[in-house]
Amino acid sequence: MQFFFDHFFELTITGLALGSIYALVALGYTMVYGVLQLINFAHSEVFMYGTFSVVWVFYLFGAGADQSTGSLIGLLVASMIVAMVVSGGVALLLERVAYRPLLKKNSPKLVALISAIGASFALAEAMGLRDRIAGFLGLEGTLTKYVAGARDNRSLPTTITPDPLFKIGDYNVTTVDLLVIVMALLMMFALDRFVRRSRLGRGMRAVAQDPSSAALMGVNSTRVYQVTFLLGGLMAGVAATLYMIRIGTTRFDAGFILGVKAFTAAVLGGIGNLRGALVGGLVLGVAENWGSAIIGTEWKDVVAFVLLVVILLFRPTGLLGESLGKARA
Amino acid sequence: MPELIKDTPSEAPAPTPGAPILEVDNVTLKFGGVTALDGVSFDIKQGEILGLIGPNGAGKTTCFNVMTGVYKPTSGEARFLGSSLAGRKRFEITRLGIARTFQNIRLFRTMTALENVMVGVDAHSTTGVLRALFRTPRQRKEQAYAEKRAHELLELVGIEHRAHEFAASLPYGDQRRLEIARALATEPKLLCLDEPAAGFNPAEKVKLLELIRKVRDSGYTVLVIEHDMRLVMGVTDRIVVLEFGRKIAEGTPAEIRDNPAVIAAYLGVEDDDDAA
Amino acid sequence: MSAASSTRPKAKGKVPKPPKAVIIAIAVVFFYALPLLHLPIISTPDSDFAGVLFTMAIYVIVALGLNVVVGYAGLLDLGYVGFYAVGAYTVAMLTSAHGSLPFLVVLPIAVVVAMISGVILGAPTLRVRGDYLAIVTLGFGEIIRLAATNSDWLGGARGVSKIPAPPSIPPNKADGTVTDPLFEIPHIKWDGIIPSIDDETKTRFLKFGVLDAAPYYWMALTVVLVVLIADVLIKNSRVGRAWEATREDEDAAEIMGVPTFRYKLLAFAMGAFVGGLAGALFATRQSFVNPQSFALLLSILFVAAVVVGGQGNRWGVIIGASLVVYLPERFREFADFRVLFFGLALMLLAIFRPEGILPAGRTRRAKAVEEELIAVEEGSDTDGAEAEVKPSA
Repeated sequence: MQFFFDHFFELTITGLALGSIYALVALGYTMVYGVLQLINFAHSEVFMYGTFSVVWVFYLFGAGADQSTGSLIGLLVASMIVAMVVSGGVALLLERVAYRPLLKKNSPKLVALISAIGASFALAEAMGLRDRIAGFLGLEGTLTKYVAGARDNRSLPTTITPDPLFKIGDYNVTTVDLLVIVMALLMMFALDRFVRRSRLGRGMRAVAQDPSSAALMGVNSTRVYQVTFLLGGLMAGVAATLYMIRIGTTRFDAGFILGVKAFTAAVLGGIGNLRGALVGGLVLGVAENWGSAIIGTEWKDVVAFVLLVVILLFRPTGLLGESLGKARA
Repeated sequence: MPELIKDTPSEAPAPTPGAPILEVDNVTLKFGGVTALDGVSFDIKQGEILGLIGPNGAGKTTCFNVMTGVYKPTSGEARFLGSSLAGRKRFEITRLGIARTFQNIRLFRTMTALENVMVGVDAHSTTGVLRALFRTPRQRKEQAYAEKRAHELLELVGIEHRAHEFAASLPYGDQRRLEIARALATEPKLLCLDEPAAGFNPAEKVKLLELIRKVRDSGYTVLVIEHDMRLVMGVTDRIVVLEFGRKIAEGTPAEIRDNPAVIAAYLGVEDDDDAA
Repeated sequence: MSAASSTRPKAKGKVPKPPKAVIIAIAVVFFYALPLLHLPIISTPDSDFAGVLFTMAIYVIVALGLNVVVGYAGLLDLGYVGFYAVGAYTVAMLTSAHGSLPFLVVLPIAVVVAMISGVILGAPTLRVRGDYLAIVTLGFGEIIRLAATNSDWLGGARGVSKIPAPPSIPPNKADGTVTDPLFEIPHIKWDGIIPSIDDETKTRFLKFGVLDAAPYYWMALTVVLVVLIADVLIKNSRVGRAWEATREDEDAAEIMGVPTFRYKLLAFAMGAFVGGLAGALFATRQSFVNPQSFALLLSILFVAAVVVGGQGNRWGVIIGASLVVYLPERFREFADFRVLFFGLALMLLAIFRPEGILPAGRTRRAKAVEEELIAVEEGSDTDGAEAEVKPSA
């Protein structure tokens, strides 16, 4: 308990940074849920592919252990763009392969969930077996750097040293903390504007509220689904970059727990609600940090789930309520 | 609440003709700032067919939901056989003896017609897991009774020949009949029909009228919510008219037909405010 | 039951009673004999077939239990592994870590503890909406695993070992000396397609040892049969009807006098009961438990087993559970690719055969009709919205 009070500001700020990443991933869950009422179980893999893209971009440019600040920024920008493209692409693929055939047939939700679970397994394993797959293609030699040790942790080759910026309480807020939080907020702001203001955003809200009426009004629902998945993927790509900056290590199954957390964040804030995802992510990140400081790090995940259950019991629709459709323009 | 299973169910529950079985006593219901019901009072008497009518948005369905315990009134109360319905669970209200059908049909689609009705009969069954597991004599008796009773009720509404078809595959009219059979299966003292003729053509409506009368003649008290005046006039003993959440008239069909306030309400005349 | 149905002329097309009984009897004998037959092609070349059969039987029990929750009552439980773990850990605690009670005494305790945990989890969470239930249960499964990992009292990450086997008949001596079995059953060996009796490989009847998994399989298979019979009896009663009505339309069911919350809780508790039972059997065969045995992925595998087979159809669910275990074991040479293929298979199945391998009979028949009706109904669905609003009080 003493530890908690001594490190209150540190726990809170790092919790917010972690929560920002949850929130960005949560957006993917919340948008798909808002529009389709489906739990996009495979969204965690969309995120995971993003993290690997970041690592690979670093490899590709031959980044060493130490990089000057300028080149590091360049690398990070490049890897964020690549991560967004890759995650967006995987998300679109997911929509095309695992969801669209089911949506066309009006399948029950549970079936779509199973399809998503299957896609999630397949995507994660494809990453975990990338050495073997490269072997089949005879590319193992050329791609060694990228495919070796497919089932082990992968870290960024470059050490990102956070520089202290300014003090809040007795904690030195670092560049990394600030970068993660500000970047996440910016992306969310942009997304929020997009959904509220753009024509496609209006289409999304219309489909979320009433798919059949939206169709009657000429909204192309397939296009809306694609955009929804794509946006979720782009956000996951950003989240993946921030995650690699902050954590620095990924694995073929790194998506799973983070995905569960992000989904928890989405539900916490009120699923289907973009701002809810932000609030839920931040609350979850901070609560996890506080909770693990008070009762021990090993109970971190338990804190997250207990929080979820408690909130659902007292506020069944999450902190901000569920409303992609009702988001006011 | 254990209730004895009668081998020959009496189709006439609580025979005191003319005594009120459901009283709506000065009920007011507000949603936020909107007054959906404003001091509505009337009662339903044993053995009659009461019509509750009014233009769209008059508060019929709201009133219905107060009577079936779905909404708790802001003030006043609905009493069934003398006891208040407020705060009771919906399945308890059913067991007390109020059954209803739905305006938009809500059958158990993947169950057969027979099974749908059996769910209703089960409302008074006491079988639990253990008795089902050990197939006790009592469980078997209840099961046999449920089947027999369900067949009788399907017969009563005239769709016995479809007993083993899925509810979802029945024609529309038969689905409405099945809803009535399912509601009757809970052995109600009061049967509430929510727009039973919605989507019917005139020929079907005539048949429905016959069915409602037949149900009443078997000893049930019936409440019909309807906006089709012809149907209501043809079948009810008494009519209560609602408009804008207030009761504007009550009486026999003949009286209602000539009531200027009702005519105004239906024709949309503006100055009906002091008619009540 | 028979009195009522025999008076009805409607029940035509049924197989007359004696042949049906014979078919069932043959099937039962065949399944009991499976580990002894060493059938070519079917048997798993790379792992002990009796052991695989045991695991299949355990998964079948789990799937039957989960089918009550998911298939009958329509509640999506993604944390079912939690109950399985509760059953296994209760056995571990009371027979090895904190007590030395005999297995047969602990077994009923384990299932009751699992059932209670089901009620404790269900009572607050079954009131939340369906999709949330999925994530709350997912959390529950994870909490159970983390609690086991982090608590030394529960054995921590290492887990608990030395869980005793079920008592052999006749019982082994107190000092551990193995007594002679009642009798031994020889296995069959195959020379091409010609079977002959293998005098060297014999299974010691009702002797639960480490090497031969066949007695464990028989025990599990017996439990499968008991659970299956219970399943049939309950499904064809008022309880089964109430579940189905609740799944189809909760509000309408409530208004027809079904206390839906109680029935959902009942389904949850019964599912937990069966899950705990499977976990207890797993623990005694494995002789140790550790948190890794109850990863979240297992829950998802369980749900997949139910859905792959055809939720709501007990036979389909049995096939689904068996396949989920059998296919990876049979094709061990592709071991590394197991999960990848499994994932792809799930996806393809969902797309091309969404109702499962063996869909519930009624689903199959009702589906055609339903598709026709969807178009007609879509318009009228919104009419009742006012009536559906729950009272605030």
